Amino acid sequence: MRFMMLVKHGEIQAPPPKEFLDAMTKLGEEAEKSGTMVASGGLSPIAKSARVRLSRGQVNAVDGPFAESKEVVGGFAIFDLKSKEEAIEGAKRFMELHRKYWPGWEGETEVRQVLGPEAFDPRAKA
Amino acid sequence: MTATDINRTIDAVWRIESARIIAGLTRIVRDVGIAEELAQDALVAALEQWPQSGIPDNPGAWLMAAAKNRAIDLWRRNKRLELKHAELGRDLQAKQEMAVPDFEAALDDNIGDDLLRLVFISCHPVLTTEARVALTLRLLGGLTTDEIAHAFLATEPTIAQRIVRAKRTLADERVPFEVPQGAELVSRLSSVLEVIYLIFNEGYSATAGDDWMRPALCEDALRLGRILAELAPKEPEVHALVALMEIQASRAAARTGPSGEPVLLLDQNRAHWDQLLIRRGLVALERTEALGGARGPYALQAAIAACHARARAPQETDWPRIVGLYEELGRLMPSPIVDLNRAVAVAMASGPAAGLEIVDTLISEPSLKSYHLLPSVRGDFLFKLGRFDEARCEFERAASLTRNTRERDLLLDRAKACHHEAL
Repeated sequence: MRFMMLVKHGEIQAPPPKEFLDAMTKLGEEAEKSGTMVASGGLSPIAKSARVRLSRGQVNAVDGPFAESKEVVGGFAIFDLKSKEEAIEGAKRFMELHRKYWPGWEGETEVRQVLGPEAFDPRAKA
Repeated sequence: MTATDINRTIDAVWRIESARIIAGLTRIVRDVGIAEELAQDALVAALEQWPQSGIPDNPGAWLMAAAKNRAIDLWRRNKRLELKHAELGRDLQAKQEMAVPDFEAALDDNIGDDLLRLVFISCHPVLTTEARVALTLRLLGGLTTDEIAHAFLATEPTIAQRIVRAKRTLADERVPFEVPQGAELVSRLSSVLEVIYLIFNEGYSATAGDDWMRPALCEDALRLGRILAELAPKEPEVHALVALMEIQASRAAARTGPSGEPVLLLDQNRAHWDQLLIRRGLVALERTEALGGARGPYALQAAIAACHARARAPQETDWPRIVGLYEELGRLMPSPIVDLNRAVAVAMASGPAAGLEIVDTLISEPSLKSYHLLPSVRGDFLFKLGRFDEARCEFERAASLTRNTRERDLLLDRAKACHHEAL
């Protein structure tokens, strides 16, 4: 089973402490070593983003900056795991890391299963 | 949290942590069987305590600490026994020995090296292949005996026995907990790769049973392969095996139809291939090549798989290159199965008559006597050549040889199609 972890937090905030970055690097290495993380990435701030929107039959591209959002997606990682529990367990460790090394940080990791093509196959059994 | 939720969380924690715990403990107690029992004791303690106390903040560390305490208890108990046997005059020396070794450091230093040692000991040549597979899944994959039994269509006591016997053999033979060096490393590594690929293949095309694939086994093997690639990053064949498995696994969703029937490579919907796994596979293959290992047996097989992965449509497949790779593979490790695969590629590159010519040289091959893919491939060539009666016989023969029910149905369908064509 494949899971996508979306890390959400309030729009930043001060840069992360060095201890946090070190611990993150270590956790990333461990995730690689465990053979479960298949992709990951951090996202640039909303200010540098663009939005392409379809609304009332019109496609519009809008460049930032945008009004502040309460929470933004700051990064993601994709894991191949046995179960949702394993995904939750991994996400908890990731949050623990924030608690330990980045005082004051608040946010969440959203755990979403990535569906395989079979989920969209109209012939597939329900 | 309900009791079921807690148990499922414990399962997940166990899967994440067990290999590291067992590896670390084995270094201390020098016996993989005892290490595993200690780790199991810690798991049992978690199963007893967590439903009451709740899941600890750091469940991995909790399990590690519990296992460590048990290791220390065991160590003290053994020391006390030794002391009782020791003479009084040696009391002082014995007292010094009573100081507990630094378990903390032993468990935290180089856990990676311990894991690698655990891989090598689980796949040690003193064990039968079956035992290596079971022990690897158990110690490194974190699977329960029951899960292994289910995966290999064996009973739980059979697998439990197999694991007990394997651990005893390792103890009796005093197999050291170490990473082999020099010339030995090459042969030992190839035993490890063989075990992982065997697990993968059992999942990829189940030799028996009602399912054509058991994807969980593929995932276990892939995970083991990726772990090994991180532990032994300079070994080209390790990356090659990972590349091969990533690319083959990328087709998993396309390999079965809506009711679980097999879909052959050229009939698959390539939009259902997992591009993330393909990319990972191609990167692993590049790493193999960068390490100078492009001509190894797994590297060649991975290169063949990559030819298919790169083709957006079946007709874009570079068959002449695949033929060349099979020729090279056949020279490196001559095998009638490689020849059979080469025949398929030759038929695609130069027509079914050319393929049939090769297959006909394999008919008398004793090792292929009851291999269902020989008549299956031959039947396919004959069918394409319009020799439907002969093709039907071959498909029927192939159907009688396979132990996989899904595959049997497919072959019987093809036999039926010959019958219609012949009319």
